[in-house]
Amino acid sequence: MLRLRPALTARSLARRYATAAGPHALVLLEHRAGVIEPGSLSALTAAQQLGGQVTGLVLGAPSEVQGVVEKAKKLKGLTGVLHSSSEQYAHAIPEAVSPLLEKLLSDSTSYTHVVSAHSSSAKSILPRVAARLDLPAVSDITSVEHDSASNSTTFTRPIYAGNAISTVRAPGSVRVKVFTVRSTAFKASTADESAQVEATAVDPVEVADLPTQHVRTDLTKSDRPELGSAGRVVSGGRALKSAETFNATLEPLADALGAAIGASRAAVDAGYADNSLQVGQTGKVVAPELYIAIGISGAIQHLAGMKDSKLIVAINKDPEAPIFQVADVGLVADLYQAVPELVEKLKQ
Amino acid sequence: MPMPRTREALVISSSLALHTSASMRPSAVRLLNILVPIKRTVDYAVKIRVNPDQKGVDLNVKHSMNPFDEIAVEEAVRLREKLKDEVKSIKVVTIGPPKAAETLRTALAMGADSAIHIEVPDSAPAPEPLGVAKALRAVIQREKDGVDLVILGKQAIDDDAGQTGQMLAGLLDWAQATFASKLVVDPKTKVAEVTREIDGGLEELKCRLPLVVSTDLRLNEPRYASLPSIMKAKRKTIEKLTPADLEVDLTPILETVKVAEPPKRIGGGKVENVDQLIAKLKEAGFTAVKP
Repeated sequence: MLRLRPALTARSLARRYATAAGPHALVLLEHRAGVIEPGSLSALTAAQQLGGQVTGLVLGAPSEVQGVVEKAKKLKGLTGVLHSSSEQYAHAIPEAVSPLLEKLLSDSTSYTHVVSAHSSSAKSILPRVAARLDLPAVSDITSVEHDSASNSTTFTRPIYAGNAISTVRAPGSVRVKVFTVRSTAFKASTADESAQVEATAVDPVEVADLPTQHVRTDLTKSDRPELGSAGRVVSGGRALKSAETFNATLEPLADALGAAIGASRAAVDAGYADNSLQVGQTGKVVAPELYIAIGISGAIQHLAGMKDSKLIVAINKDPEAPIFQVADVGLVADLYQAVPELVEKLKQ
Repeated sequence: MPMPRTREALVISSSLALHTSASMRPSAVRLLNILVPIKRTVDYAVKIRVNPDQKGVDLNVKHSMNPFDEIAVEEAVRLREKLKDEVKSIKVVTIGPPKAAETLRTALAMGADSAIHIEVPDSAPAPEPLGVAKALRAVIQREKDGVDLVILGKQAIDDDAGQTGQMLAGLLDWAQATFASKLVVDPKTKVAEVTREIDGGLEELKCRLPLVVSTDLRLNEPRYASLPSIMKAKRKTIEKLTPADLEVDLTPILETVKVAEPPKRIGGGKVENVDQLIAKLKEAGFTAVKP
């Protein structure tokens, strides 16, 4: 009886077809209050750079998903949208979301890459999923290049608080390459009103007895631009003495410049600013057009979060402060005199 | 039960014996066994230098316990200070070369009871989070008394990967809570309330044990071990294992092609007063926005 040689089995044909057709990335499109997170739009740009197809994935509560899907369908660079709704997906709890992702990425998957922003939410989810699929993951990448011939993907990413850049390659033997993207390294993808990709619903995979329950979320409310994507940032350090002084000093300047407000770790630890404003190696990494550091000494860990800013201005009364080594424009002065003067003269 | 080797262990085991024989209460609530994985990394204050061969950084510098792991050890010790006898054991574990034993001693001096050293040669390539998670899973599975709570740093300041906790929770199919800034554990209900630092603010979760928690900066401020604690730590046990003992292969899957310096940022520009500052801003296209 004739037996098919292994090379001709349907599954290996499918694998060969997938390789020949190029990569197929699955991009997690995160959202809040019906708006797609800017970080996810950067992840989409990175996914496009792989070449090949890009499918966006929208997960959430039934009341939220449809609106987000309508927006996703118009995104430049997407070749398809998948979505799945469940009350269990409302708060992106990794234990709830992982089973669906594992199902989408099972052995017979056509996806070759999984991409997300390096957001607090996605970076809690993707490594869990990767491990359950026995896959490594690459965090916070600043560049990506895929080689179809070898089916390997090469990334750069910062290590040692950005004091070194590592180039790592995920070889062809890595079945699905999972990675998170540093949003400041990739321009956010935009909408194309004429674009209209297919949206496909996928059944949620609900967990019978979730061990984790969401209790509450407290977001700092602000009319200011969001720190992670703002074009201008005014940032304060421990020299600002108290929460009242921090706000009283920085807010007028931020208002005058239309800037977001950031803080050094020292300022956050001392209670002058909310943790969501922390800029640094383990806080937010920002790369605005303008970064003004006020009363910030410039520790290595802080620099890690802002040294890719286009123009860095520093105001500090200590001429030896390390921040001056990276500042394009440094002013050695008492901030309590310099900042009000700056605000007044800017408004003239 | 093997003969207790240290005075410490004698004291603990005899107090447990008293506890069970003296009471006619219904069976005791399971006591917490806490595991704290730690990593020996280049000290956070060191100015690292990339090697001329562009394959790595100069590691002939001061090393210390990863700051986030110090916070993890501290949190375990504080849990015991709060819950007292309800915390049965605090065990620390590390994967590292022989010198990593010093890091374990620091953790023991901070208040951990015992340690496990998964020893690898000095020349071994740095393990990846997936490999580390597999090794930790093996450690947990061989613990006779089980593990209820794993507390570890959210990221190591050398690779800044930030994946190990999530991967371990995934492999074990346990609950996870990353970037914890507050942790409250109730051994009676076996539920933990965790506050997490997320983009934009804070989130509160309720998690059933067993649980993996990764620590964020503001969870606590770690103590400095006192000299008496350091001396006492010398008598605490460090169990030595190899990856082979755990049937785990720590060979990295990802290939490090190159390690390079970041583009140099040339700063140092100075102005003398606010007027000059404003001129520079204007030159670069930055003016006030219309109110």
